[in-house]
Amino acid sequence: MSEAQARTLPATRKTAPDGGPAPLAPRRRPFGAWFKDKGWRHVVGIVTTIFAVFPLLYVLSAALDSSGTLVGSNGLFTRIDPGNFTALFNDPSRPFGRWFVNTLVVGVVTSAATVFLGAMAAYAFSRMRFKGRRIGLLSLLLLQMFPQLLAVVAIFLLLSGISQVIPALGLGSQLGLIMVYLGGALGVNTYLMYGFFNTVPQSLDEAAKIDGASHVQIFFGIILRLVTPILAVVGLLAFIGISSEFVIASVVLTDPDSQTLAVGLYSYVAQQRSENWGVFAAGAVIASIPVMALFLFLQKYIVSGLTAGSVKG
Amino acid sequence: MPKPDLLHEAPDTTATRASSPGSGPAGLGASRNRSRAGKRRFGPDSLRGIIVKIVLLGLVDALAVYVLMMLFLSQSWAALAVSSLVVLGINWIYLRKGGLPAKYLAPGVLFLLVFQVLVVFFSGYIAFTNYGDGHNSTKDDAIAAIQLTAQKRVPDSPAYKASVLSKDNSFHLLFTDPSGKVQLGSNGEPLADAPGAGKDSTGKANSLPGYETLAFQEIVANQQEILKITVPVSDNPADGTLRTADGSSAYQFKPALSFDAAADTFTDTETGAVYRDNGKGAFADKSGQTLSTGWKIDVGMDNFARAFTDPSLRGPLLGVIIWTFTFSVASVALTFILGLFLATTFNREDLRGKKVYRILMILPYAFPAFLSGLVWSGILNPEFGWLNQTLLGGANIGWLTDPFLAKISVLVVNLWLGFPYMFLVCTGALQSLPTELDEAARMDGASAWRVFRSIKLPLLLVSVAPLLISSFAFNFNNFNVIYMLTGGGPRFADTDRDIGATDILITLVYKVAFGQGTGRDYGLASALAIIIFIIVATISAISFKQTKALEDVN
Repeated sequence: MSEAQARTLPATRKTAPDGGPAPLAPRRRPFGAWFKDKGWRHVVGIVTTIFAVFPLLYVLSAALDSSGTLVGSNGLFTRIDPGNFTALFNDPSRPFGRWFVNTLVVGVVTSAATVFLGAMAAYAFSRMRFKGRRIGLLSLLLLQMFPQLLAVVAIFLLLSGISQVIPALGLGSQLGLIMVYLGGALGVNTYLMYGFFNTVPQSLDEAAKIDGASHVQIFFGIILRLVTPILAVVGLLAFIGISSEFVIASVVLTDPDSQTLAVGLYSYVAQQRSENWGVFAAGAVIASIPVMALFLFLQKYIVSGLTAGSVKG
Repeated sequence: MPKPDLLHEAPDTTATRASSPGSGPAGLGASRNRSRAGKRRFGPDSLRGIIVKIVLLGLVDALAVYVLMMLFLSQSWAALAVSSLVVLGINWIYLRKGGLPAKYLAPGVLFLLVFQVLVVFFSGYIAFTNYGDGHNSTKDDAIAAIQLTAQKRVPDSPAYKASVLSKDNSFHLLFTDPSGKVQLGSNGEPLADAPGAGKDSTGKANSLPGYETLAFQEIVANQQEILKITVPVSDNPADGTLRTADGSSAYQFKPALSFDAAADTFTDTETGAVYRDNGKGAFADKSGQTLSTGWKIDVGMDNFARAFTDPSLRGPLLGVIIWTFTFSVASVALTFILGLFLATTFNREDLRGKKVYRILMILPYAFPAFLSGLVWSGILNPEFGWLNQTLLGGANIGWLTDPFLAKISVLVVNLWLGFPYMFLVCTGALQSLPTELDEAARMDGASAWRVFRSIKLPLLLVSVAPLLISSFAFNFNNFNVIYMLTGGGPRFADTDRDIGATDILITLVYKVAFGQGTGRDYGLASALAIIIFIIVATISAISFKQTKALEDVN
């Protein structure tokens, strides 16, 4: 579904080699030797950091400069005022506030449902033995190779058919969009969670079962509590992916009032890129704050998930 | 990946699990006893569990009944049959004893089947039709639409007097014909007698009980909508329609094309040209001129053939396919090389500021992808962008408008977006390599470069290869970067279609299906999507074999 999701594999213990011997007290060394050993690394670091951070500073500066056009944004941080931000929230034809709320609603509902559906499936695959289990797991692995956006025409026609019967679930409805997103709820998420569920010792279930716990009690009371980290990661990756999703959202959500940030902000600059620039930049800053905050907050988990995946072998 | 050790003991655990509560008579009895003992408060057999189950299933069924009724009313028999089966299936799964896995899998699988599996097959079906603008309904609908749209004023027809009335926010026209007969009609609603109409001094009917008469200002304010009103004279479209141009007089319009149902032809009432069903979902005259509205038919392999033979499509499509591969391979290679270089550079415990560098460097990865393309399109804009204006002192370099430079720009932006991921992945992989190998090689006198090339890199590639393949697959359909940065442009000169030098297959599909300007062609778009399916499936199959990802599934 999202880049981050598609690329993340089960998060497990990260074996970072820390706690090594403390570095010896630095001695004075000739500059040449220091540079050859370490100094050049700082040069690389600084150059890369500029490459990485510049576009973000640029958009921040454009957001704070109310002269508003693309040309006007070229002098970095020459003017600072909140004009663009007030303009952003005062344009009835482009309801930024609504877009923001819509994105949050669609993202939160979808990721919560994704986590729940995925966890149920992972529980079944991890704890039960049944006919078709292996085939089911394999099919999930294969299905995730076909991204939904390839079938966007069929999704559009399916939803336009649905809107003739039940308008609340068809084109233009966020509920319809959420349902489409939930089509991808299993797939890679089930795999992530399945791997994690397997690390919870089965003896816990057995003990609970002997004490008289039902499968529902085991699922909600024991398993879901022990796998909270992976639930959080899956949920947040789903949220990040959905808040960036453009193709399906742009096809399904036709009315400006129902659109998400990706669709709305694109339309903001699609026509006249240079005139609306300042206001767009302000929108971009606000739109990216929740996602970046989540990402940095969860950095540790996401990074350990990625690296665990990479050393999978 | 955690090795599923638990699964290896499957043979004996299966036996015990087969008689777990709820699936066998013995287990069932035991669990009932326990619930009576008061230990279970939330199990499926407890009162609370049953209530929750009844309420949830009841809600689902209530919704299902509503949907089935709507389907019945709209006479969609096929959908009705399928939906009924699904509803029965859901009830069967949750009402019967046992079948526990199905209870946990059903909700997710249902969405998966409809919105991931079904739509793939549906795409396959659309690829074999001419579905698209002007071809989106049945032949009967098309005939009616042609009769309605191809209207001309009947020569020397009498003028009707008209007033505009409104009721429940919709407009109606009240006509007085030359003989003084008063009739009412509205958009798509044929003329009907209007008893009790009030007339003004000129004999023009201007009011009707239950309706409001629009004043002149109101007519002006709603001009657009009033001009669009076409009132059929009768139920037969061939009889023509009444329309008003000013809200006070109306004329009779008749189809400029008359339909002959027996011969299945349209005849132009003026020129006498005859339009016949051309077998391609449209009416065409002898010279091949088609009427604008057509209908949906199955066209077999036409869309696929068109993709590779139509001169306005073949060349550009080939270019797009080559660029799609170049783009995804180059993106993976560039991000991996930079990521690996940075990872080795910063793989030092005693480097000061390492954490700060790392946080700053992964910021592009945290920035929403759709915004990145748009932000960079501002920086790289040839006329107003920061790069040309500020850094290059007003140079006019076509970063996004020159075909070659646009491709470079796309790759650089994707490098910006993707290198943090590779940096993180390579850091993790490097740290997990055993240090003894490194030390042993050093003892043998190998240089740092030699150690890296002959020892670290091969070991690293073993663990990173699966991620490189999935990264390739991701970039193959990396819609956001291309669409937000260049929109696929600059456009190719040798085609009138909206295809450009940086278009990859997925943006091409989107533009063919939903693009502006040129008509929407769902059939062709689906055919292209199928071609992508085949390419991705082939690559996946090969990479599966290579990475042995399937070994993890037991």
